[in-house]
Amino acid sequence: MAHFIAWRLLATLLLLFIVSLLVFWACEILPGDVAQVALGQYATPENVKALRIEMGLNQPPLQRYLQWLVGAVQGDWGRSLVTKSPVSGLLSERVANTALLAGITTLIAVPLAIALGVVMAMWNGRALDRGASIVILALSATPEFLLATLLVLLFAVNLGWLPAVAYLSTGSGLGQTARALLLPTASLVVVVTAQIARMTRAILGNILTQAYIEMAILKGVPGRRVVARHALRNAVGPIANVVALNTAYLVSGIVVVETIFAYPGLARLMIDSVQSRDLPVVQACAMIFCATYVLLILLADVMARVFDPRSLPQRPMDAI
Amino acid sequence: MSRVASRRRLSPTLVFSAAILIAFALIAVVSLFALPQDPFDFVSDEPFSPPVAGIWLGADYLGRDVLSRLMDGTRITLFMALSATLLAHLIGDTLGLLAATRGGFVDAVLSRIVDVVLALPKIIVGLVVVAALGSSVSVIIGIAAVVYSAGVFRIARALGNDLKEMDYIKLARSRGEGMAWILFGEMLPHVVKPLATDFAIRASFAILFMSSLSFVGLGVQPPMADWGGMARENLGGLSTNPLAAVGPAIAIALVSIALNMLVDALDGDARH
Repeated sequence: MAHFIAWRLLATLLLLFIVSLLVFWACEILPGDVAQVALGQYATPENVKALRIEMGLNQPPLQRYLQWLVGAVQGDWGRSLVTKSPVSGLLSERVANTALLAGITTLIAVPLAIALGVVMAMWNGRALDRGASIVILALSATPEFLLATLLVLLFAVNLGWLPAVAYLSTGSGLGQTARALLLPTASLVVVVTAQIARMTRAILGNILTQAYIEMAILKGVPGRRVVARHALRNAVGPIANVVALNTAYLVSGIVVVETIFAYPGLARLMIDSVQSRDLPVVQACAMIFCATYVLLILLADVMARVFDPRSLPQRPMDAI
Repeated sequence: MSRVASRRRLSPTLVFSAAILIAFALIAVVSLFALPQDPFDFVSDEPFSPPVAGIWLGADYLGRDVLSRLMDGTRITLFMALSATLLAHLIGDTLGLLAATRGGFVDAVLSRIVDVVLALPKIIVGLVVVAALGSSVSVIIGIAAVVYSAGVFRIARALGNDLKEMDYIKLARSRGEGMAWILFGEMLPHVVKPLATDFAIRASFAILFMSSLSFVGLGVQPPMADWGGMARENLGGLSTNPLAAVGPAIAIALVSIALNMLVDALDGDARH
């Protein structure tokens, strides 16, 4: 076990190193002259030259990469091209806000989804199971922005109960923060719940076709007990794995939801920075998102292994 | 064979999903020749004016006809999703089958590259590439094709690994056939069905991925609009003409749900 974890940790570190190379390449080599990009097409050659020197762009790429990497590891992500202030100052509050949104969503969606999946498996094949399966399939294939737009239309525009824009400020009280978070969280919860419930149902469905379950049924064990005692025990590993991998789905949901509600999170910062081509900020945000995602996959692998030593490492869902 | 096929009852989900997909394909074709209004011209002085006769879905944030733009967007959205998925399969199938047949070094290198691509959140990859290269239809299609080809590679490689031990493949190799013939002439015909199923599900991922990019303002750029872009640009008019924003979002959901149901129905069919 320790050997497995150490090995996966090493692979993850190597992966993060490759990701850092790719992010650096994409943001500093691929666009051509970053100073030109930062100043726009109407900049004078003198200005571009001055900025190149100021940004250290005349140094060889390898040296720039190492400087960036060493800084990043220490939490120094350089300076924003737009505001000229240190990137790290922009990040801290945004990271906390996004973590709050993702955390609350996970806390609500995971128990809800597992309960739903188990109940559907208990209704195995009945009309209710088939009906719920179609609804869950439809919800998991629905774009987050449709759900979010409909929620805004209903609760903010028509009923006027909740704000359409999620302003968060340090001064706002708990009640105000909760009101601001309600609609963004609800949109995310629906999508994530649908995904996890669908997979939980599939995992339990597979287990219920196995011989030892048939044996239990033939012995006269009641159906509810078969699911709760016999099937669920073997489903814990795969479900834990699905949960860890599904929190990765959150990344794309968060990008969309933070846009609709103008939520002051990391994804919103990244999108704004892509629009203004503030490449140092884009680099920092991309690294934080990728590192979180890679660590979640590591967690998924380890969990699958803990609960089921026979299992081979699962691959991430390659949907989003 | 045809008698057996005709006697088999079609599942309602299969009929439902096929009908939706065919309807949208027809709209995409029709939009090339005729639209109710010019999608780039102003039909109303008021932004977000509600639906009236002739302007069936009302006006958008600039006072343009939502229905015409929706139909025009159908073609753009479906074209982008289809070309990205087609490219992803072209890359993924070729390299996947090649990796399976060749094995060794080629397989190891390609598989490790795919591991890295699959370990990255796709939307973040999309944002970084748009930051580097700017946004255009071809850049968006290219990003989607590359990120989704990794998943296709995995499937094609697994299918190829099952096939390569077959006698007829070994025979073809010992006959000295070229690699291209072995991959496309001998192997591909036997894996068309699972790859076609993957194509449908992959297309639904691609539609959601590209609409999300457009929705956050980094995909198709105005005045051209795909569905994701329309859903974004009309968000401000929810109180007077909600159809302008909700309509395109529902269209995306319908296509995505139909593709998922199609795959579900086909999978169920294959199992029985």
